[in-house]
Amino acid sequence: MNSRVTLAQVAVGLAIAAFLVVFLIAPVLTVIYVAFADGAGGFTLSHFISFFQITLMRESFLNSLYVGGMTVLVTSLIGVPLAYFTVRFRFRGAAIIQTLGVLPLIMPAFVGASAMQLLFGRSGSVNLILMDAFNVSIPLMDGLNGVIFVESLHYFPFILLNLSVALANIDTAMEEAAQNLGASGWRLFRRVVFPLALPGYIAGASLVFIKVFDDLGTPLILNVTNMLAPQAYLRVTSIGIDDPIGYVICVLLVLFSVAAMAGSSWFLKGRDFATLQRGGAAGLRRQLTPWQSVIAYSLVVFLLLLVLSPHIGLLLLSLSKVWSYSVLPDDYTLANYATILNDSTRMMVNTVIYCGGAALLDVILGTAIAYLVLRTRLPGRQWLDHMSTVALAMPGVVLGIGYLRSFRDVELPFGMGPLLGSSLIFILAYSVRRLPYALRSCNAALAQVHLSMEEAAQNLGASRGRTIMRVVVPMMMGGMLAGFVTSFITAAGEISETILLTSRESLAPMSYGVYLYMQSIAGRGPGAALGVLAVILVGLGTYLSNRLVVARQAAMERR
Amino acid sequence: MKPSILLLSLATSLPLAAWAQQTVTIVTSFPKELTAAYQQAFQKRNPGTKVEILNKATAAGVAYVRELRAGERPDVFWASAPDAFEVLAKDGLLTKYDPGIKGIPNKIGNYPINDPQGFYLGQALAGYGIMWNTRYLKANKLPEPREWADLTKAVYFSHVATSSPSRSGTTHLTMETILQGEGWAKGWEQILRIAGNSAAITERSFGVPDGVSNGQYGIGLVIDFLGLAPKNSGFPVEFVYPSVTAIVPANIGLINGAKNAELGRKFIHFSLSPEGQELLLDKAISRLPVLPETYKKAPADWPNPYTGKIRAKVNFDSDLAESRYYVVSSLFDQSITFRHKELMAAAKAIIDAEKKVAAKPNAQAAKQIAEAKALAFSPVVDEAKVKDQEFLKIFRDTKRSAETTKRMTALEEHWSNEAKSNYARAVALANEAAKIAN
Repeated sequence: MNSRVTLAQVAVGLAIAAFLVVFLIAPVLTVIYVAFADGAGGFTLSHFISFFQITLMRESFLNSLYVGGMTVLVTSLIGVPLAYFTVRFRFRGAAIIQTLGVLPLIMPAFVGASAMQLLFGRSGSVNLILMDAFNVSIPLMDGLNGVIFVESLHYFPFILLNLSVALANIDTAMEEAAQNLGASGWRLFRRVVFPLALPGYIAGASLVFIKVFDDLGTPLILNVTNMLAPQAYLRVTSIGIDDPIGYVICVLLVLFSVAAMAGSSWFLKGRDFATLQRGGAAGLRRQLTPWQSVIAYSLVVFLLLLVLSPHIGLLLLSLSKVWSYSVLPDDYTLANYATILNDSTRMMVNTVIYCGGAALLDVILGTAIAYLVLRTRLPGRQWLDHMSTVALAMPGVVLGIGYLRSFRDVELPFGMGPLLGSSLIFILAYSVRRLPYALRSCNAALAQVHLSMEEAAQNLGASRGRTIMRVVVPMMMGGMLAGFVTSFITAAGEISETILLTSRESLAPMSYGVYLYMQSIAGRGPGAALGVLAVILVGLGTYLSNRLVVARQAAMERR
Repeated sequence: MKPSILLLSLATSLPLAAWAQQTVTIVTSFPKELTAAYQQAFQKRNPGTKVEILNKATAAGVAYVRELRAGERPDVFWASAPDAFEVLAKDGLLTKYDPGIKGIPNKIGNYPINDPQGFYLGQALAGYGIMWNTRYLKANKLPEPREWADLTKAVYFSHVATSSPSRSGTTHLTMETILQGEGWAKGWEQILRIAGNSAAITERSFGVPDGVSNGQYGIGLVIDFLGLAPKNSGFPVEFVYPSVTAIVPANIGLINGAKNAELGRKFIHFSLSPEGQELLLDKAISRLPVLPETYKKAPADWPNPYTGKIRAKVNFDSDLAESRYYVVSSLFDQSITFRHKELMAAAKAIIDAEKKVAAKPNAQAAKQIAEAKALAFSPVVDEAKVKDQEFLKIFRDTKRSAETTKRMTALEEHWSNEAKSNYARAVALANEAAKIAN
């Protein structure tokens, strides 16, 4: 490795650091500062005391904790058995279950939430049938229940996927040893398998908690406001950007996010379950007994229906003319799609620009940071990595409010108006929060490029820049593309920052459009149609990029 | 990544910011159907202009305008609630404009259609009423309601929905209309009982018509067009004006310190012209035009407030409404929105006890039920207090210094706790009464 630190490296490093400070660190610090500022430049805890004196705030705080905790519980009840079945048993449904993992990625929770009311609400399809047959109804969608239900169906794959990976990595010799010693069934699972897979479970569970704790869109669509994120939003929009209570809530959101993440990584560090042999060879999957198969298959079919219900509901809603107090819509029509294509092309274009721009920025920054960290000796290079990782723990609401507060008087050059009223703010906000994901992909991609390739290029006379452009970047392409796509699709479904930052309709991306249209008086049809289009757009992107990545990897291997 | 993508995204994103010159910006709480119709018609009429919609709940809209500096503000404020316009005018955020349209009467009933001082204009007329889902009522064997008082009846328990005044300007008007029509104490009693019968207090006024249209709720308190539009769009819903209603204008006004005041005036003029008024007759919009001649083009069953067919008993006093705007909103939130579960529990306990006592009359139990009702259905702020100028001042202070914030929070906290304990005592009393009657 060339160990000399060049001027170019310093310049790039400083530029990235400046970007992160201005668009990530400073807005967050501003939020924290306001929460503790007494208005005269001093420090005060009085806003926090006020916060805890307001019953509604205490209640919102407890509700958020309750919803987060309950969601972790429900997602575990769904995710743990599914993961166990798919990894440990010979079972045809396994492939289907593992594909379910991508569904939540392609449809944000709040989009599905609006359709869920028509399926599971007070007068939803399910309750109408139940009322008719047994005269009972299940309050699945009432208040906090609705939030827990919707979020659980949305986020259980986080547990499923993390746990599946962890289970697959367990040395099966451990299980065999336990079996030889006479353990089986529940005891085997509880005493051996689950503890070994615990790190994966904890990683998934803490992620679910954070996501639910910070979510703004789902509670708002479901009309639940006595939770922290909606309260922060309402305080800041209807009382004003200077209302300190909104900032107190932000600080709490940050604290809990950081705590959940730190807790989970502390837990992972504390337990080293490294096993000698990496696990579950196919032959070791157990056979289900006929009865077990029946149970397993019914469970899978039931869960499949449940997990697909937001998608089915949304599709039905988008095709319905009138859907009112009936199990299924009265008439079907394509008019909602016509309305959307007529009115909302601007929103689709905006989504592509914002998310494309943000993803591009992420990949560029991610590649640069990865290169500086892995390939240079630039002093303080690790800090770039650490700084961008801060974004992982930053809830969208917090960053949104931070942007509104920090950039309220910032004008763009050349008379392009205020920064907050431009599309640039969306690109920045989206990219900053997704940088850690892109960075991870780029890091992994660069780590896989062997140094000797670069040395060979330089021996042949290529300059450093040329080596990067002609050798490193092409070889990293797969990882960069993966990073791009992750950034793009998560940004397309983003709603917390979006609601806060959308100051006018022409700036609105599709996610805001769905939120707006769902509040229409002539029915939710157009909103659902826009939601379906968004799902298709994102799903198609995911599929194509997967194909691309796979094709590229195959090409690399042939070489 | 291909550099062409970068160029493309930069090229498409930058000009967006530079468009500001020929744009008229409108802050509105109206639904997409309505704003989209005016946007398209105005842009067609005036090539080269662009209508920019900022869709915000009324209260958030007021906060938004207030926070911007003069010269950066949007051009037009367009919303139902006249009291929001009063607030804006008082803060010097509106500026006078007379479009000189002929044929619009001065008053509807006793209510001036245009602001007498000229800061804002009536653009459509609106009455407040009750909508219901016909399928829901039939399935649950409920009678059709006619009056607000009907909604206080036990049969409607958990079938009603309403929004809250702090979130929806039109709900604020509805509540204020009831308060003015029935008086402070009796009005609150009615409101609290209706809220006690409500299955939900929704986040925005749209939540109510939306929930009634798709059958989540049976009955909702709404501004007329939110009930008429789904009805005219084919949903199985009906709408009625109760006798304690007020016909008030939905307003439009030019913002002081607007970025593009000239185009703002043009838009206001357009919205009041015969062409602009006719847009209100669209099925998905279903509003009452302010220009009497437009009704000639309306379908036969279109409600026409100028013929006196809608009986509006209440002469809405917007000064009174404005003076207690924050008190009514905050009181509603503290004792209803945030304490809804407890209020519903109290209503339920009272209904159950009343049923038992009706079956087996008992003087002691009846007395306790009356006490429980008095506790649960009286406002925690009495009429004398709400006339006290010193008291009202706390809420009108928009500067919100740390001191007033503290005082306000303390007051709100006090109301909230008092409401909570009242509801709990009402439940206890009602349960006791039920036990005696058992």
